[in-house]
Amino acid sequence: MAAEGEVLASLKDRFGGALRDLGLVRDRVVKAVIDRKDLVPVCKFLKDQLGFDHVSCITAVDWRDHFESVYHLTSWSRNVMVQINAWIPHDDPRIDSITPLWNGANVHEREAYDLMGIVYDGHPNLTRILLPKDFAFHPLRKDFPQEVDRQYISRRKIGGG
Amino acid sequence: MAEMWINMGPQHPMTHGLWNLRIKVDGETIVDAEPEIGYLHRGYEKIMEVREFQKNVVLTDRLCYVSSITWSHAYCLACEEMMGLDVPERAKYLRVITNELQRVASHLMWLAAYGPDLGLLTALLWALRERELFLDLIQLISGARMNQNYPRIGGVRNDAPPDFGKYCRKVIAHFRKKLEDHEKVFEQSKLFQMRTVGVGRISREDAIDWGVTGPNLRACGARIDLRKLDPYDAYPEIDFEPAVAHEGDSYARYKVRMDEMRTSCDLIEAALDKLPAGPYRSKPPRRAEGEGFRRTEDSRGEALFYVIGDGDDRPYRVKIRSPVYSNIFAAPLMMRGNKVADVVAIMGSIDVCVGEMDK
Repeated sequence: MAAEGEVLASLKDRFGGALRDLGLVRDRVVKAVIDRKDLVPVCKFLKDQLGFDHVSCITAVDWRDHFESVYHLTSWSRNVMVQINAWIPHDDPRIDSITPLWNGANVHEREAYDLMGIVYDGHPNLTRILLPKDFAFHPLRKDFPQEVDRQYISRRKIGGG
Repeated sequence: MAEMWINMGPQHPMTHGLWNLRIKVDGETIVDAEPEIGYLHRGYEKIMEVREFQKNVVLTDRLCYVSSITWSHAYCLACEEMMGLDVPERAKYLRVITNELQRVASHLMWLAAYGPDLGLLTALLWALRERELFLDLIQLISGARMNQNYPRIGGVRNDAPPDFGKYCRKVIAHFRKKLEDHEKVFEQSKLFQMRTVGVGRISREDAIDWGVTGPNLRACGARIDLRKLDPYDAYPEIDFEPAVAHEGDSYARYKVRMDEMRTSCDLIEAALDKLPAGPYRSKPPRRAEGEGFRRTEDSRGEALFYVIGDGDDRPYRVKIRSPVYSNIFAAPLMMRGNKVADVVAIMGSIDVCVGEMDK
């Protein structure tokens, strides 16, 4: 219980005003919502001061009016995970890369670029990883259509909604 | 000598699936390596957005056919986290039992693949023979040998049949004896020792920095097991010690998996002893809003599901974090400086499953 409270308090001390939201999700998990310009300072602070050493996951979410780049960072020694949601405007999907801090971020950022089209500035090799090199779309975006009718009939469609 | 790139894959006995390993060699020595993946990309995260929460379990089963239950279980945990759903006690224990059965089956499949990689065909026949017993147990409780569709959001699909515990104990007692034979076959083989000891070494710091998890990380001397560190289900109520080795080479990775099978057997027996009576499934809401993520110790490392609901009966966004995806990109570190013939010994010891890696 103590470790996540410590992380929460030091984040609040250091970045208080810059954070859009900060809170405990459950035991051992802290969540912070930030703007994209604060990402690298927050990550650097987590790595250098609080000993976060493992990038569990990086992903991106298309909220139609903005993107979010979601980071799940773990400190094995403290046994705490921090989830960082960084807001990115929809018309300019760019954010700084954290690959210079953790090598583990490399492939996850490439995947988010491949599937969601977020450009990670400063990434050493930002190319498609899962899809072919000449693929023209970023399929996880919400404006990329799916053949829903052929695959699956949803309850709402039967009900006429 | 001039350096050159060689493609190992996409069709190669070493790959165990469809992916390509490009290695840069100087004579026989590996200078650099670069995995190329994506041949098996099926667009899981997109497909899951149009299916109802519960129906996605059928899909997550097929992420890795060797380890279906653990993957569906991770997905169900994330959904429960999002819905704020409580799972009955009995279901938690049944999940532990099926997860560990699946873990042993998965590790045995790995052993069956790793042996022939190094020219030890006995391992293939023996390990698959033992795996059959565990598949029988899984079939007994879930009705299928593979792709079981067993975990449910809010519990498990059905209760354990009568005498399930008796059969489990019988198989485990038999398997413990057989496992010693397996270890003798491997560890007394001079050939196996020569090909794995000191080959594909990675330091603990590098492994953590590159996001390596699971048995591959525990082989570097790190006591990191999410069943201990971020416990879920009934794991906090059962005492066990995760298997750890210190050398960080292919042999240590083999050793950790062998010890882990023993740990899994202990866990199954302890869970059977404590298995409480009561309901095994609670009713989940059809629609959900919010976000939830949960990470579990999969057979290959840290599996993470991040699920977002927008109030509909289907997820708005699902993110799958596959441990193999990170592990395989740390492989170049293990390979540099080794010989071309060691590639098979190194990649085999990482335990690659392309289905979950390419999503």
